[in-house]
Amino acid sequence: MTTARTAPRTDGGRISSAWQTWTDGDHRLAPIAGALVVIWVAFGIANPTFWTPENLVNLSLQSVSTGVIALGIVIVLLAGQIDLSVGSVSGLAAAIVAVGAVAGDWPVALGVVVALVAGALIGLLYGVLVARFGLPGFVITLAGLLVVAGVQWRVLGADGSVNLPFDSWLVKFNQAWFVPDGVAWVGAAVVVAGVATIGIVERRRRVLAELPAPTVLGVLIRPAVLAVLLAVVVGYLGQARGIGYSVVLFVVLVAVTDVLLRRTRWGRHVRAVGGDHRASLLAGVPVRRTLVSAFVACSTLAALGGVLAAGRLAAANQGTGGGGLFLTAIAAAVIGGTSLFGGRGSAWSALLGVLVIQSIANGLTLLDLDAATRNIVTGLVLAFAVSIDTLLRQRQQRSVTRV
Amino acid sequence: MTAAITLAGVSKSFGAAQALVDVDLEVNTHEVLAVVGDNGAGKSTLAGLLSGVHTPDRGQVRIDGEPVHLTSPAAARREGIAAVFQELALCDNLDVVENLFLGHEAAAGIFLDEVSMERQAWELLDQLAARVPSVRVPVAALSGGQRRTIAIARALLGDPRVIVLDEPTTALGIRQTAQVLTLVERLRERGHAVVLISHSITDVQAVADRIAVLRLGHLIGEFDAETTTTEDLLGAITGAVAPRAGGRAS
Ligand SMILES: Nc1ncnc2c1ncn2[C@@H]1O[C@H](COP(=O)(O)OP(=O)(O)OP(=O)(O)O)[C@@H](O)[C@H]1O
Ligand SMILES: [Mg+2]
Repeated sequence: MTTARTAPRTDGGRISSAWQTWTDGDHRLAPIAGALVVIWVAFGIANPTFWTPENLVNLSLQSVSTGVIALGIVIVLLAGQIDLSVGSVSGLAAAIVAVGAVAGDWPVALGVVVALVAGALIGLLYGVLVARFGLPGFVITLAGLLVVAGVQWRVLGADGSVNLPFDSWLVKFNQAWFVPDGVAWVGAAVVVAGVATIGIVERRRRVLAELPAPTVLGVLIRPAVLAVLLAVVVGYLGQARGIGYSVVLFVVLVAVTDVLLRRTRWGRHVRAVGGDHRASLLAGVPVRRTLVSAFVACSTLAALGGVLAAGRLAAANQGTGGGGLFLTAIAAAVIGGTSLFGGRGSAWSALLGVLVIQSIANGLTLLDLDAATRNIVTGLVLAFAVSIDTLLRQRQQRSVTRV
Repeated sequence: MTAAITLAGVSKSFGAAQALVDVDLEVNTHEVLAVVGDNGAGKSTLAGLLSGVHTPDRGQVRIDGEPVHLTSPAAARREGIAAVFQELALCDNLDVVENLFLGHEAAAGIFLDEVSMERQAWELLDQLAARVPSVRVPVAALSGGQRRTIAIARALLGDPRVIVLDEPTTALGIRQTAQVLTLVERLRERGHAVVLISHSITDVQAVADRIAVLRLGHLIGEFDAETTTTEDLLGAITGAVAPRAGGRAS
């Protein structure tokens, strides 16, 4: 009987492992962040109006609704599924809020709650059909797209369009309320301090546990970059109206989802199920529950996106959530670096992806180019993003077969 | 020696294919039970029945004499049965630590306790003398042998009573194979019951106490590893020669 030998592992291995741990998440987002900068510079040169604080404030407000929907898409994609009905669900949610407030005389808050619950129930239905009965999510949500759009039209009634009162808090939340400058600076400082503290505490825990840990300097890079980023955003947008509350809500949702996905059992199970359904099952992951929760999260976020859209437009009509919105949301998630093949991606890809898409739309509109050009350019960017995703995946698979 | 798990008259079919027919088998603690047989003999199906992947069509699975329904791998795991599946069942997109703890992650409150998981991962891999470049690379980037080691390490987490290894030495080099076999012996000494499914008669004879032979879903016989010759085993596996003394034909 031989005694266990210590695994030969060099310090180099440990350090490079640590390096990977600490950069991996940000790493995948780097190319798309770079692409975003290129797009901004290009549009800024083509038409300097693009760069004005006022335009960028508009851009941020325009991104919220689609971004929230894309965040839901990120979750189902990570779980290895797809939801094609997010546009319809958001449209239905908008209709519920508007019709409830105008025809039903509901308080707006009640309408919002009903809309979110409706979204959650739709997601629950998809989840059960897919997870328990094994129906393909692609087809089920395609059917859902049609059914829910029909229900949306029924809810809206004969007019097909309902206006929200301009003085309702939902409209103000999406159009008129901005974080006061002082609060924004304090908030940014608190966030940076928080991120730095978490980094230091985690580094300390790793050192105490004798695990590979980054240097203190390495830990501080992330909050430093964040500080610069937030300072630029707060300072620049502050020259115009500033940061809208709906924008804050979106970014907070992304951050919370990111933490849930990376730091909780649920998030790990979502990625595991998306990566390898059968392996997850064999490992004892509650696969069904995880799938159901992913669909519920996606549809609820889609409904929230619809509610925010209703607030921003101060109206709901048959076109709300219609057209190619679901494709835009899916494109945003994929452009942001979340894989269509499941298991790989990040909540932040919803933010980056939607910024890319909205920047293109906004910039081309400023250049007086029509919707046709917008579609073509967005399509090309999407094709580019998907090619990168596919190439990455092929490289990964090659390394699997290499034994 | 006590029976940890008993299969009593267990049958399992997949549509028209009868994978297992009326199998009676005991798995004892402090013992390595090898299961051998040709391709398609039903070995993996047997492993699946023990580890909650399949439920029997007829017959019972008993733990300490009590009938149990192992309806899922998680349920089997709760009963102290862990398995390393032939196809390994690792998530390629997850890293080593994530795979090791998948399904039973360590958490403090709602958040995962990465530090304790990573520590345990290193300790476990050290014990297995496993060479892994880093515990934070996706397992897709590991070699076949490294992946197998990860799968075995995962089965050992949580100290299960019964460990089912479905062809654990396939695709392993000489050194790694020796390590796995050493590990199997060590598990027996620690009082585990080990079910070792293998195509390698040499490996089986090196570590097994008892050898069960499956052919076309039927349990042909159980042999004492000490007294049985390779020819007897090959005969029983292929059906060319009737099992002789030393075996208990059924
Ligand atoms: N999920 C399944 N669906 C249909 N048939 C199956 C399934 N699993 C196994 N079988 C059939 O059951 C029989 C036994 O298969 P099993 O995988 O248990 O064989 P094995 O002894 O493990 O073979 P190998 O040495 O090739 O791994 C085979 O005929 C196989 O075709
Ligand atoms: Mg097999």
